Amino acid sequence: MSDSSLRLVWVYPDLLSTYGDQGNALVVERRALQRRVPVSRVDVRSDQPIPTSGDIYLVGGGEDRPQRLAAERLRRDGGLNRAVANGAIVFSVCAGYQILGHEFVNDLGRPEPGLGLLDVVSVRGEGERCVGDVLADIDPQLGLPPLTGFENHQGVTHLGPTARPLARLRVGKGNGTGDGTEGAYNDTVFGTYMHGPVMARNPHIADMLIKLALDVNALPPVDDQWYDALRAERIAAAVQPA
Amino acid sequence: MAGNSEPLSPRAKLAVTAGRAAAAVSRAAGRGSGSVIGGRVALRFDPDLLARLARHLDVVLVSATNGKTTTTRLLAEALRANGQVVSNALGANMPAGITSALAGGSEARYAVIEVDEKYLATVARDVSPKAIALLNLSRDQLDRAAETRMLAEKWREGLAGVEAIVIANADDPLIVWAASSSPTVVWVAAGQEWKDDAWSCPSCGGVLQRPSDDWFCAECGFRRPTPTWALSGDHVVDPYGVAWPIHLQLPGRANKSNAAVSAAAAAAFGVDPKIALERMYKVQAVAGRYDVVTYQQRELRLLLAKNPAGWLETFSLIDRPPTPVILSVNARGADGTDTSWLWDVDYTRLAGHPILVIGDRKLDLAVRLEVAGLQFLVCADLDEAVRSAPPGRIESIANYTAFQDLRRKVGN
Repeated sequence: MSDSSLRLVWVYPDLLSTYGDQGNALVVERRALQRRVPVSRVDVRSDQPIPTSGDIYLVGGGEDRPQRLAAERLRRDGGLNRAVANGAIVFSVCAGYQILGHEFVNDLGRPEPGLGLLDVVSVRGEGERCVGDVLADIDPQLGLPPLTGFENHQGVTHLGPTARPLARLRVGKGNGTGDGTEGAYNDTVFGTYMHGPVMARNPHIADMLIKLALDVNALPPVDDQWYDALRAERIAAAVQPA
Repeated sequence: MAGNSEPLSPRAKLAVTAGRAAAAVSRAAGRGSGSVIGGRVALRFDPDLLARLARHLDVVLVSATNGKTTTTRLLAEALRANGQVVSNALGANMPAGITSALAGGSEARYAVIEVDEKYLATVARDVSPKAIALLNLSRDQLDRAAETRMLAEKWREGLAGVEAIVIANADDPLIVWAASSSPTVVWVAAGQEWKDDAWSCPSCGGVLQRPSDDWFCAECGFRRPTPTWALSGDHVVDPYGVAWPIHLQLPGRANKSNAAVSAAAAAAFGVDPKIALERMYKVQAVAGRYDVVTYQQRELRLLLAKNPAGWLETFSLIDRPPTPVILSVNARGADGTDTSWLWDVDYTRLAGHPILVIGDRKLDLAVRLEVAGLQFLVCADLDEAVRSAPPGRIESIANYTAFQDLRRKVGN
């Protein structure tokens, strides 16, 4: 960080903002401001260049054709890859997660190159769409409480050797590979299938990104009563669906 | 082609009778109006019944993500200037409910039919409508509904072979894409506050440019068509440039927009805009929506908002702060079970209102409002919320099943 403010980049809201994932930007922004960390948030439309000086980049989910268009434009732009090479943090969801990998299947049924920022490859699942509440244990290395979220996708994401599973499933389909994994991460690049949005259900993830960006080990506590209440309710709902 | 020029076949009559019997049984069992079960039974007796019933009527279809029930009601009122109208006024908008509504109107000249977005193409093929009114398309129930853009594409394919006059909102790029395959379109500048489902060109995928009220794609040239009708503030401007004032009892910009489309559609049947609009003024509430009820010595206005575009329009019509607002959100089957859409709603618009939160998913709302930096109170139920609300008329905004719960509770 070259100055004391947190530079948050919300990537392509015109294409990748269908499932409320802009909530992730709102939660990160709010929780940084509550710690008196000034935030400058930039929403970058897909006809604009991706700035390379951001601290945290958020990439959301979206429909099939916008996903292909987003991948084409991000590849052409190159800014996100340059930012990661500079050490930026990227957190991606669903369609955005697939774009960060080496390849996914696009709306035309053809393999579409991704950005290669995560060692994953995604294909379209044969079975029913994965829809519902998810509960998973986050990789102990990250030291976070359980992951709760809502999944709504048909993707199957296979992890390569340099990608670590973000979480191990207790309930839900996650990566859809049947191996019990959900999401992936490698160093500062994260991907998940969780909506909800995921930061609203898991504010500790937002805090983790802020800590990584500020290079600090701890943040002052904030009032988490509503997040905690929501988490308890959704975890119970995942374990015992209505 | 009004009235009963050809009698129904014996099979169709039998189907209608069987449907009525099933509906009566359902009503007697206390399971609502019975229109859906009645229609289902009738369709089983005669799968072509919908088409057969429609043959005797001038049919107008109304579809959209938001406003279809209200527009159906407004347009039905307008067309009554010319003759009897049957309509699925209670919002039973899939083929079974539509069949049931049509079966109930043996004397009618017109049928004004609300159609669920997913069924528009099929119903349009079955009933050979004279006109189709298309208002808007936006994200709704993402866990089970088709993707919004795909829906526009399906409409476009389905409407390509339909001879109806299409009355369509020129301000919604997805609607324009869906409607422009039709040979005859009447474009209405009906406005749309919500823009976040149409930043990308439905034709080529380019980024849409949206300077003020205009929109166009710089890459392929797909652009807003020139409207012949327009909503302009509190007036409907007709193709001759005459501005007709709108004095609806229904509140809000969205209902003026619904009235403008209804006036344009009614004009296609020869109803003068002045007469059409005056008839619409009679409408006070539609299936409980916009109704003001007294509950526990307090006045509550009941407002339905099912998705981000609907919430946005609703925020623009509620009374100013410090009017208290009750928010209620459920996530049952009919609502969509994913609550992520709450984050696409700009709740900061409620700043200054005392906010009371209820419903199955009050905790999702609580986190949403906390992150928006708003003050709010989470309540166990409606009674507690009403008791806790500061003085004044209470605006209560709820999504689909939460709205039904609310109506039941206040005895509406």
